[in-house]
Amino acid sequence: MFNLIKRLIISHSYIANYGYSDGSGDYYIILDSDKCTGCGKCVEACLVGVLENYVDDYDDEIVKVTEAHSKSIKYDCGPCIPVGGERDVKCEQVCEPKAITVSIKVKGLD
Amino acid sequence: MIIAGIDVGAVATKAVILNDGKIIGKGMATTGFEREEAVEAALAEAIKNAGISRGDIEKVGATGAGEAVEFADKRFEDVVADGAGANFLFPQAKTVIDVGGEEARGMRIDETGRVVDFALNERCAAGAGAFVEAMARALEVKTEEMGELSLQSDKDIEINAQCTIFAESEVVSQIHLKTSKADIARAVHEGIATRVVSMVRRSGVEGEVALIGGVAYNPGFVARIKEHLGKELLISEDPQIVGAIGAAVLAVGPEVEFKAPEAKLDTEKEWR
Amino acid sequence: MTQEKGSTTQEKEYWRWEETRWNSPDIDWKKADIITAGVDIGSVSSQAVVMCDGELYCYSNMRTGADSPDSAIRAMDWALEGTGMKVEDMHYIIGTGYGRVNVPFGNRTITEIACHARGANFMYGPTVKTVLDMGGQDCKAIKCDERGKVTTFLMNDKCAAGTGRGMEVFANLLAVPIGEVGELSLTVDEEPEPVSSTCVVYAKTEATGLLRAGWDKNKVLAAYCSAMAHRVFTLLERINVEKDFAITGGIAKNIGVVSRLEKELGLKALPAKYDTQIAGGIGACLFGKALIEKQRKAA
Repeated sequence: MFNLIKRLIISHSYIANYGYSDGSGDYYIILDSDKCTGCGKCVEACLVGVLENYVDDYDDEIVKVTEAHSKSIKYDCGPCIPVGGERDVKCEQVCEPKAITVSIKVKGLD
Repeated sequence: MIIAGIDVGAVATKAVILNDGKIIGKGMATTGFEREEAVEAALAEAIKNAGISRGDIEKVGATGAGEAVEFADKRFEDVVADGAGANFLFPQAKTVIDVGGEEARGMRIDETGRVVDFALNERCAAGAGAFVEAMARALEVKTEEMGELSLQSDKDIEINAQCTIFAESEVVSQIHLKTSKADIARAVHEGIATRVVSMVRRSGVEGEVALIGGVAYNPGFVARIKEHLGKELLISEDPQIVGAIGAAVLAVGPEVEFKAPEAKLDTEKEWR
Repeated sequence: MTQEKGSTTQEKEYWRWEETRWNSPDIDWKKADIITAGVDIGSVSSQAVVMCDGELYCYSNMRTGADSPDSAIRAMDWALEGTGMKVEDMHYIIGTGYGRVNVPFGNRTITEIACHARGANFMYGPTVKTVLDMGGQDCKAIKCDERGKVTTFLMNDKCAAGTGRGMEVFANLLAVPIGEVGELSLTVDEEPEPVSSTCVVYAKTEATGLLRAGWDKNKVLAAYCSAMAHRVFTLLERINVEKDFAITGGIAKNIGVVSRLEKELGLKALPAKYDTQIAGGIGACLFGKALIEKQRKAA
């Protein structure tokens, strides 16, 4: 309950777009810090270790993409979104508040 | 029947001539800025090797920047030609990985060589051979020596950058830190191999895997790919011309059946 | 420390931009109530900024060296040069940027995203809603509210396109000092097609072809500035640009990119009254001031 009050009064929320666009396409993991509870289920569910628990600048416990992986979203997250297959994004599946979204767009393909 | 296939790559233009299913001549030219000239040069070399004349060629298929082959009978997408070419050489291949100078592709193919799914690394130098070439310059080593150099190392170091420009700076920093060139070269090949394998996993890795394209000549790269996949690779004697072979084979269509020759596997390779 | 003059054996360093320092002629720091500092260590440039009671007192802007902690110290020493102030006189110091953990005399770190939003709010006022920061090795698109708090952000540090390093590659390729690239790109009679490759490596090959085809330097630069402006525009589109719009970072000083970006956005960037490279440092100073005020209230 206190956490909820803290979130409503004290904390500050924002949309974080981790990832990049380069010549080949756009690759982002989008996190809504308002919806994120910092439960960490996505961190465990990711097969590649892309995510980590984190205390942000506004002292909120949420989740973010690790610095190393923010530069390889195409390669780390691509396999969860197979070409011509079913979307199987583990972090999205385990997130109850739907705070996290993965977006992979390869030019000429997606 | 004499047919020709021409693959106009970003870096190299390849021409191949087949007679009744056997490769009788091949040629290559740097694509450069005058693509039509490269096409003529590559084809001329192939014709000379084949000991035929231009008029003997009945059908011409093109791929890559196929529009540069004005006289082509048919033009095909890169993946389509890759699939057909790999299937021609290795009928048992179910997965094909093509790593060229500026582009890389992964695809799953069926038993006729038709592409089922494919993934791409395009328009970014870090995803293809250009990465190795740029790091070779930073290391002051010839591109064709990078592979062997990398095999001299068994130590893994990190190259965090996923961009060729940033990686060049990192390599220079490593050189200042007195890291051995062999260790750096190993990390370079690890980087490009990781990116290629991750890309291929999006279209799926199934059954036997054929590796084609110019970077298949690089033994350091081949070693890292094998380790990532945990599989042996099907690599022909001349992996760079496979796209051109596919274009040739497709130009005559399914009405002509070829008996695929005994494809020679990768043993001792001379860097081209 | 400006450009090398008359190098013979060494390649002329076209990428080298002017390093600067400044301090206020009016403020007497000894009379200040709260003195805070922000040290922004980027992969390409580093800034040390000091504020007295929320007013800009002094700063330095220099190229980051091979050693981050050393860069932090040198940036701070240079900023304080001639002022008589020492680090010990400061109440709070915040490190930010890529090398923020390497500020040996810092009290804490805050991400460059938060600092840039706060800094832009100070530099451009509370109407700023969208901030574009084109740094040495990254490109950030930030939305903020009237207090300078981040509401959306996007940070691209994977790809050299749209970053200072990308521009350095072109300055070197065309042998044009980087400070002159923008002006030169605007001297074309007719705006050429932008370079088609986003990737700086491939764009460089393309540019080489253009030069061979007889294009003048200014035309090639125009084509590249245009491509970079478009590249950055697509990043901004993702966060839904709202006015007022402001640009921070090094490339804000490149009129060739800025003017073309403004054209594509249909929106003018607010004019800069401060050195655009110190936004992160200013934001860090202001965070420090807020923390001190909170501490004093609690006490």
